[in-house]
Amino acid sequence: MDALEKDAQKLQLLSPSVCVEVGSGSGVVSAFLASIVGPSALYICTDVNPEAAQCTKETASCNRVSLQPVVTDLVGSRGIEAAWAGGKRGREVTDRFLPLVSQLLSADGLFYLIAVAENDPEEIIRSLGNYGLTGESCLSTRARNERLSVLRFHRKGT
Amino acid sequence: MKLLTHNMLMSHVKGVTKGYPLLIKATEVKVNEVEFNPQFVSRMIPKVEWSALVKAAEELGHRQDLPAELLADYEKNEEFLKKVHKVLLEVEVIEGCLQCPESGREFPITKGIPNMLLNEDEV
Repeated sequence: MDALEKDAQKLQLLSPSVCVEVGSGSGVVSAFLASIVGPSALYICTDVNPEAAQCTKETASCNRVSLQPVVTDLVGSRGIEAAWAGGKRGREVTDRFLPLVSQLLSADGLFYLIAVAENDPEEIIRSLGNYGLTGESCLSTRARNERLSVLRFHRKGT
Repeated sequence: MKLLTHNMLMSHVKGVTKGYPLLIKATEVKVNEVEFNPQFVSRMIPKVEWSALVKAAEELGHRQDLPAELLADYEKNEEFLKKVHKVLLEVEVIEGCLQCPESGREFPITKGIPNMLLNEDEV
């Protein structure tokens, strides 16, 4: 949310039509994004956990924004454990999603990904570079034992 | 589940080639008042599959008199945009299911949220 807040002006100028959150959990991130970007965009929130999707719906209602939750698995992960335990380097689910990003992202679109040091963010940036996306860490912070960074990507040449 | 969301969903059951559009079998439908935002509606129209939207609206008995084909110059037609607004955002399926048109597999809609998860043998 801090990264989105920092990019608020950029996002408002971009004025996206569709925003998709993969793994919306409680829905706070999309709700926050909706408060910045406003009601002229469609916010789709996916999660494999039906309770998370319900929570997203309630979060939307509490914050008077409109979010569209869908329970679905975009990448063929297995079961509820995928919601919190990512396997090797914590990357199993993310790795299945990364190849799809360049297909889904619009010409001017932005892709934000939160990563911890163990996920090897530099390698993620290199990996998406091969798919024609330029990325950087736009914010990093330490929370307890985790070093978190928010990576932001856009199409090369834009 | 709004019809705007329904318009974006398809069945990915293994072996299915025509998993769109999903048939709607609704047991509970609500019509809520949602603030009209003409800019939003105008932006969404080019993104939706128009015939699938009209079919879905008709299945729920809320087609009003939406045309089978999209009007040209709709951006300036407020009356038209308001009808589209109602169908996209105000009609909501609360309980029911979505059915794959090819395999017949049903995806439940619970408390307004569609569940598109597949079982291991369907992936």
